[in-house]
Amino acid sequence: MGAVVGTLTMQTRQRQPSRDKIDDELEMTMVCHRPEGLEQLEAQTNFTKQELQVLYRGFKNECPSGVVNEETFKHIYAQFFPHGDASTYAHYLFNAFDTGNNGSIKFEDFVMGLSTLLRGTVRDKLEWTFHLYDINKDGFINKEEMTEIVRAIYDMMGKYTYPALKGDVPKQHVDTFFEKMDKNKDGVVTLEEFVLACQEDENMMKSMQLFENVM
Amino acid sequence: MAAGVATWLPFARAAAVGWLPLAKKTMPKPPVDKKSRNDEILFVNVSGLRFQTWKNTLDRYPDTLLGSSEKEFFFNEDTQEYFFDRDPEMFRHILNFYRTGKLHYPRQECIQAFDEELAFYGIVPDIIGDCCMEEYRDRKKENQERLAEDTEAEMATDTPLPPHSTSRERLWRAFENPHTSTMALVFYYVTGFFIAVSVIANVVETVPCRPLKGSKKDLPCGEKYSLAFFCMDTACVLIFTFEYLMRLFAAPSRCKFMRSVMSVIDVVAIMPYYIGLVMPENEDVSGAFVTLRVFRVFRIFKFSRHSQGLRILGYTLKSCASELGFLLFSLTMAIIIFATVMFYAEKGTKGTNFTSIPASFWYTIVTMTTLGYGDMVPNTIAGKIFGSICSLSGVLVIALPVPVIVSNFSRIYHQNQRADKMRAQQKVRLARIRLAKKGTTNAFLQYKEEGGFQFRESDSALCLKNRSSFEHQHHHLLHCLEKTTNHEFTDELTFSEMCMTESVGYRTSRSTSISSQQGVTTSCCPRRAKRRAIRLANSTVSVSRGSVQELDTLQVHKTSAGPQSSRSSLNARTEDLKLNCEDRDFTAAIISIPTPPANTPDESLPPSPAIPGILRNSRSSFTHETVKISSL
Repeated sequence: MGAVVGTLTMQTRQRQPSRDKIDDELEMTMVCHRPEGLEQLEAQTNFTKQELQVLYRGFKNECPSGVVNEETFKHIYAQFFPHGDASTYAHYLFNAFDTGNNGSIKFEDFVMGLSTLLRGTVRDKLEWTFHLYDINKDGFINKEEMTEIVRAIYDMMGKYTYPALKGDVPKQHVDTFFEKMDKNKDGVVTLEEFVLACQEDENMMKSMQLFENVM
Repeated sequence: MAAGVATWLPFARAAAVGWLPLAKKTMPKPPVDKKSRNDEILFVNVSGLRFQTWKNTLDRYPDTLLGSSEKEFFFNEDTQEYFFDRDPEMFRHILNFYRTGKLHYPRQECIQAFDEELAFYGIVPDIIGDCCMEEYRDRKKENQERLAEDTEAEMATDTPLPPHSTSRERLWRAFENPHTSTMALVFYYVTGFFIAVSVIANVVETVPCRPLKGSKKDLPCGEKYSLAFFCMDTACVLIFTFEYLMRLFAAPSRCKFMRSVMSVIDVVAIMPYYIGLVMPENEDVSGAFVTLRVFRVFRIFKFSRHSQGLRILGYTLKSCASELGFLLFSLTMAIIIFATVMFYAEKGTKGTNFTSIPASFWYTIVTMTTLGYGDMVPNTIAGKIFGSICSLSGVLVIALPVPVIVSNFSRIYHQNQRADKMRAQQKVRLARIRLAKKGTTNAFLQYKEEGGFQFRESDSALCLKNRSSFEHQHHHLLHCLEKTTNHEFTDELTFSEMCMTESVGYRTSRSTSISSQQGVTTSCCPRRAKRRAIRLANSTVSVSRGSVQELDTLQVHKTSAGPQSSRSSLNARTEDLKLNCEDRDFTAAIISIPTPPANTPDESLPPSPAIPGILRNSRSSFTHETVKISSL
């Protein structure tokens, strides 16, 4: 008898949170975003109509609601980098794409980001990268921000690397980077310093061209 | 990797630009993608139903048929589409998988058909979405169980015994499947009868009979006719012991047999008798002995070998063990709670029956199971209130696990019914299959008789009935096999006859003692055949099996041969009752004439058991003529 009563009470308690979750999900799906017209996007980005069509079909298939939230983004990135923990880097990347800072990426954001990365000028790409590193969006990259980013990247590598990660490799990496980038040694890197330093680096310039044919 | 992730890959690669400033080394060159990146619509024609989809959709899963280059094998140049000769209804689900990334299982389709389609398209069933996974797993398990049952049933009951089984195996089989032989059936019924007799005797011996003369007390029949009952008991126990020892002897795995439930029941049923024999007629001990006699009632469980329903019940209870356990546990909890409550409620009453909590257990049980004997009744108001709550809750607690047990029993019972029906239908099905098989073998034999092998010659081709090219090719294949093994196909009837007559013929041939090389070989008697082969090998004679040459030799012997002593009876019987003897006779005859070498007929059996291979003269038309020739 007691068991029966007990199970009855347990059931009622469980029902409450699930109902809330369902409501949440309903709300999410209600918010359906449609992108601007094809012509406008074509004008704003460097993609052709066909390319935009292909991109949108893929995007819409993945996110029928038209927006990507951070969780999904992290999940997707984790699939690409199964060895380590890609969540931190994905978080920074998400913020870099989410230019409107509203916690979700719409198709326009997605396409704009891609356009810059794939079809933009070298300057555009460097600017984008700068904004990625600049976590608090204050126009300066300081050592802490850089360390965060570098650590996040190293986290994606995971534990099992060759050669093994000994010592504080991210910190060393950041120090090297700052040596190179911080011209006036004031402890922060501005956009101009960053662009200048990168343009001096021959290897980097060459590598920039490699990613043009990704799409 | 999930499908849709492929969509995001270009994005992730583009984002790699963010690593460039930090990179210590130069980036590697990207892979060159030769094919054009433009997406195109593909046409997929599945048995007439045309589907269209983006190429990218199919490329999402590169390790399936449609996503890889394997689909190029199905590309039809003329119609510029991919054509699959498969079920169009199922294809819809397959294609949906590419589109949505989730594979759904259509409930109305057969699980095996679905599995086959998945296997064809290279899709692993494990990716079925959660919504359909339960259903899929259940149906698959059910199907597998059913198949396992069927194969078990097939193998268990009606397969004929392997020819060289020991007596022990035969005995075991007789015990397990009494329907196989009459002796087993008789034994089965006799044991059943004796179980019944034993149980009835146990029951009747406690009934009070009329007392002996001069005594007032009613005696139980057991004591009045003690000798008669003792004799009956002895007889039953002897039979049971005998049966148990036989089973123990015949069991393929004695340890496993001794641990099985039925064997334990057997032992428990007969032990009391032996213990009673051994124990002395002691007053102190006979009390314990009387308790032992209770175990004699276990003999009734021996009926479960005879009754299907009892076995099902036992199996159900075993499979519902968890539900029964739950029932017991919850009942125990409830009993303890209510007994405690009732005890304290009734504590004050004078002369109450509820003397202790264990004493209250009896009340609680009786009330919860709604028995209500009335030997213990609460007197206080509180006691009555709690008593009524107790009875109400009892109904609930008992009613809860019962439907589970019932559904389990129903499922197992229906499964069993189905198994029995299957077994009955199986016989008919097997007979039909055997008939069909015989049909095909007969087709080949008929083909040969109609001179099918001379189909190259134009005139004899006309006398062949209209046969498909498939049949022609199949028969040609069988003929090749015959030539390879140097044996020929014949039918079952002929073979069995030949086996029988072979033994006769062999003996008579021995008696006539013609050439030692002469011999009859049939592969049904391999030992004898081996001996003959050795003899033949020694003689190093080979028989030419080339058709033309055989014709020549046959014709040669047509004139020279005389009547055969032992063989004539055999030969005269049927036109196809030709043993290898004839060829052997050729052998013997050919010794004197130098002949082109051929291969010695070997004794090996062609592989198929349905068509036992024995050496036999295939040309029935010629056999008529050579019937009389062949003796030597």
